[in-house]
Amino acid sequence: MTEPYRIQGETGEWEVVLGLEVHAQVISQAKLFSGSSTKFGSEANTQVSLVDAAMPGMLPVINRECVEQAVRTGLALKAQINLRSVFDRKNYFYADLPQGYQISQYKDPIVGEGVLLLDLPDGSTKSVGIERLHLEQDAGKSLHDQHPQKTYIDLNRSGVALMEIVSKPDLSSPEEAGLYVKKLRSILRYVGTCDGNMQEGSMRADVNVSVRKPGDPLGTRCEIKNMNSVRFIHQAIEYEARRQIEILESGGKIDQETRLFDTGRGETRSMRSKEDAHDYRYFPDPDLLPLVLDQARVDALGADLPELPDVKKARFIADFGLSPYDAAILVEERATADWYEKLAKGRDPKIAANWLISELFGALNKAGKDLVDSPVSADALGGLVDLIGDGTISGRIAKEVFAEMFETGKSAGEIVEEKGLRQVSDTGAIEGIIDEVLAENADKVEQYRGGKDKLFGFFVGQTMKKSQGKANPGMVNELLRKKLDG
Amino acid sequence: MTDLLDLSLAEAKAKLAAKDISSTELTKAYIARMEATSALNAYITTTPDKALQMAEQADARLAKGEGGALEGIPLAIKDLFCTEGVPTTAASHILDGFIPPYESTVTTNLWNAGAVLLGKTNLDEFAMGSSNVTSYYGPVENPWRSTDEPDKKRVPGGSSGGSAAVVAARSALAATGTDTGGSIRQPASFSGIVGIKPTYGRCSRWGIVAFASSLDQAGPMARTVEDASILLQTMAGHDPKDSTSAGEPMADLSAALDQGVRGMRIGVPAEYKVEGLPEEISKVWQQGIDWLKAEGAEIVDISLPHTKYALATYYIIAPAEASSNLARYDGVRYGLRVDGDSLAEMYANTRAEGFGDEVQRRVLIGTYVLSAGYYDAYYLKAQKVRALLRRDFDQAFETVDAILTPTAPSDAFAIGENEDDPVKMYLQDVFTVPASLAGLPGISVPAGLSARGLPMGLQVLGRMFDEGSVVRVGRALERAADFSAVPAMVREG
Repeated sequence: MTEPYRIQGETGEWEVVLGLEVHAQVISQAKLFSGSSTKFGSEANTQVSLVDAAMPGMLPVINRECVEQAVRTGLALKAQINLRSVFDRKNYFYADLPQGYQISQYKDPIVGEGVLLLDLPDGSTKSVGIERLHLEQDAGKSLHDQHPQKTYIDLNRSGVALMEIVSKPDLSSPEEAGLYVKKLRSILRYVGTCDGNMQEGSMRADVNVSVRKPGDPLGTRCEIKNMNSVRFIHQAIEYEARRQIEILESGGKIDQETRLFDTGRGETRSMRSKEDAHDYRYFPDPDLLPLVLDQARVDALGADLPELPDVKKARFIADFGLSPYDAAILVEERATADWYEKLAKGRDPKIAANWLISELFGALNKAGKDLVDSPVSADALGGLVDLIGDGTISGRIAKEVFAEMFETGKSAGEIVEEKGLRQVSDTGAIEGIIDEVLAENADKVEQYRGGKDKLFGFFVGQTMKKSQGKANPGMVNELLRKKLDG
Repeated sequence: MTDLLDLSLAEAKAKLAAKDISSTELTKAYIARMEATSALNAYITTTPDKALQMAEQADARLAKGEGGALEGIPLAIKDLFCTEGVPTTAASHILDGFIPPYESTVTTNLWNAGAVLLGKTNLDEFAMGSSNVTSYYGPVENPWRSTDEPDKKRVPGGSSGGSAAVVAARSALAATGTDTGGSIRQPASFSGIVGIKPTYGRCSRWGIVAFASSLDQAGPMARTVEDASILLQTMAGHDPKDSTSAGEPMADLSAALDQGVRGMRIGVPAEYKVEGLPEEISKVWQQGIDWLKAEGAEIVDISLPHTKYALATYYIIAPAEASSNLARYDGVRYGLRVDGDSLAEMYANTRAEGFGDEVQRRVLIGTYVLSAGYYDAYYLKAQKVRALLRRDFDQAFETVDAILTPTAPSDAFAIGENEDDPVKMYLQDVFTVPASLAGLPGISVPAGLSARGLPMGLQVLGRMFDEGSVVRVGRALERAADFSAVPAMVREG
C-alpha cells in the first residue's frame, strides 16, 4: 500500500474525504426525450425539436437507446439495476433550460449501488463505492460572446442524455480522485456508453471535498462544480483542502456551499451558499410513466458486455505474466489492449509488453500522437520483435530499427536489409573479427591471461565495435571465452 | 335561423353523405351564425376562409363518395389545442403572437376525418377557471338567460366556456373541450349541451397546451350524446408521442349508445348529497334516478368515503403540476417578452404582465406545495389521498356499472358572481373533480331547466376505459329527459 495522503497543518495532520459526481454524456443517436440528433459541434440551434425547445403542448418520450446505455453502464459498475425507476422534474429558471425544469431522476434512479476498482500506482487496487447512477437531460448553452449586451442561446445540447454517476465518499487523495475519473472513463469507453471526451465536455465532474483529523467524523463538505480535466481536479482538491484546513485551524467553520474552480488563478471561489441553494421542487414528471425494465432484457444486455478492464487486467497478469502495473496500463483503453494482444500473439508477451510500453508509448508521447495514429502497426512492431527473437538483430540494433520504423513507417525487415543491420551469427566471420581484435591488443591478452579478468568486457566491446554492432553478442561472448581461456 | 343549423351532427353527416346538403352550404350557415353571435365573445379567433377552403375539399371528397367519419362537419376548437398556422392563445396574454408550426394529435385526427375548422374558442386562461371569466380575451357570455333576471349576462361555465357557448348558440355544430377538473362537464351542464370527459389517456395530450398533465383530457362537446360519441370516436386513439396515452381499444360508441340500461347497476353515492346543495339540483338528480329505474336499471346506494377530500386534493395537485408546466412561458423563445435589466427581471416582468391573477394564484399555490418542507405535507399527502379516491371508485365499480351524480352544484351564475372568493369558484368542481383525480370517464347530459329557466346537467361516471357504458346511460337519460329547450337567442334566431 502507498502511504496515506495527509496534509500537514499547524495543528497536525489532516486527511481529505472526497466524493465525485460525474456527468457523462450518453452515446446515442437521439436525445433522451426527443428524436433530435446529438452530434457535437453542429451549427447552433440546428438540432432542436419542438420538444427540446419546450413549445406549448410538447411531450417527452423516453429514448430506449439511452435507457439501455444506462443499464450497460450500471452492469459494468456491478451495480443494482432498478427494474422500476421514476423521472422527476427538477424545477429552476434559466435561459438555456427551455422547459423551466430538467427531467432527471431523484428518489428512484435507474441504477443503485455498485463498485469501481482503482488501479493504484504500486500495482494494488482500492475499491470505491458507487452510490447511484441516474439519467437526466442536459441543458442548452448560453453564448455570451456573440453580442456586447445580449446572451444568445444554443439549444443543440438541450435534452441530450446524461448519466450522473455518484461515488460514495471513499476517495482520500487528489490522486485517487484522478484515478477514479480515469477508471470510470475507461469503463464507460469499454462499454461504449460515453466517449469520455473531457475537452468537449462529454464528461464533467463535481467534487465534494471535506477535511478531518484522522479518525474524526466527516467534516462539512463543499462541492466544486464542473471540472473537465484530471489536472484541474488535482489542483482544485489541493487548494480546497488547504483552504478548509486554514479556516478550521483558525477557529472558523466550513459553510456548506457550491464552489467554482478558477483555472487561471488555481483557486476555488464561492458560487452559492446553502442558504441561496435552489429549491428545485422535485416531483415525479406527470408526462412520463415510471420506467419499467424487463429482467430478461437486462440479462441480455449484461451478456453482450465486452470483457471489462478489471477482468482483462487479471487475465493479462495470469496468462501473460505481466506485472499488475503494466497490465493496468495496457487495459486502460480497449484499443490498446486489443493492440497489445495482437502484438503478443505467438510472441513472448513480456517482451511484447516492454516494446509497447517503453518504446512505442514513449515515441508516441514524444510525437504527441495516440496509438490509433501510430506509424508503427501491431504487425510491424511484431515483425521487429520477431527479428530479435530469431537472432536476426540484437536488442540494441532493434532500438535503432524501431526509431527508423517510427520515422518512415517502413517494416523492420526492410530497414534491416537496407542498412545491412542483420546480426552476424556466422562463427567464421565472428572468429575472424575476434582474431583481429586479439592480434591488435596482444598486450591486453597477456594481462588478461595473467589474471586481469575484467578485460573480458573490453574484448567484447572491441569485437562489437569492429562488427558495427552487428555481431551476435551471445556468440561473441562464447567465442571470445573459447579463444582467450581455451 | 335556417334549418341547416338545427341539424345534429349525426343528421348533418347523413345528409352530407346523401349529398342532400354540401359542406360549403353548412359551413357558410355556421360562418354567418358565428358573426351573428359574436357578441357572446365565444371565439378568440375565427377562421372563415380556412373553413370554406376545408369545406370545399370535403365536398370534393364527398362528391367522389369518399370521406372520413366527420367529412364536412364544421367544428370549433378550444383555443388550448395547437393548430398549425392558426394563432393559439390558451386565452393568455403570455402567448401573444404565438402561431404553432404544428397541429395537436386530436385536431389532426379530426382534420384527417374531414372536419372543418370554424375557429378557436375562448376559455379560462390556461383552462384555469369554472366560469370563463379569467380569459385575457374577456369573459364568454352564456347564450342562456334566466327568466328572473333576463338582463343579466351569465357565465357559460369553464374552462371550456367558449366551446359550450358556441354549441349552445348554434355557432358550431360541435366543439372540442378539455377537462382537468370538470372543464368540459360543468360548462356542458351550464349551457344545456352534452360533454364527455374520456378516460385519462384516451385522447392524446400532444399539442394541447398543458395545465395539469396528470389530469388534462380532451373531449367532445355537442348537442346530443350521439354527436358527442361520434366526435369522441375520432378524437381518441393511442399516440406514441404521448407516453400517458392509452393503448386500450375503445368500444364502438355508436353501437353502445342505444343498448338501453336494463339490467345495469347504477350507483348513487351518498357523499355527493353535500350540505347546501340547492333543492333543484337534488330534484333533478332524483329525477335522473327515477328515469333510469323506469328504464330497467337497478339503483344501488354506494359510498365513496374520501369524496370530501377530493377538492382539496385537486387544488394541490393541479396547481403543483401547473406551476411547473407554465415555467416554459419565460419570454425567451415565443410569446410575450417584457424586457428587464437582467434575466431575472425579464422573467418577472414577462410573467407578471403575461399571466392573469388566477394563473398567478395557481402558480404560487403550486410552487408553495412543492417547496422543500411543504412537499410531504401537501403534494405527497395529496397523492396518497388521490390513491384512496381511486380505491373508492374501484370498490364501488365492483358492485355497479356506472355512477349517477349531478354535474355541478348550481345552474349558470351571472358574470361577476363568485369572483370575490376563489374558493367559492373552486366549489363549482366539487362533483367533477373526484373522477378527474381517478382518471375515470364521465359525461354531462342536460336533464332539465331550473325554475329560472337555466339548464342543469346530470353526470354519469364509468369504469376506466368504459366509455361505452357512460354513453349508454347518458343516452338513456337524454331520451328520458327529452331535453329540447334552447336559449331564447336560438329560438329567436
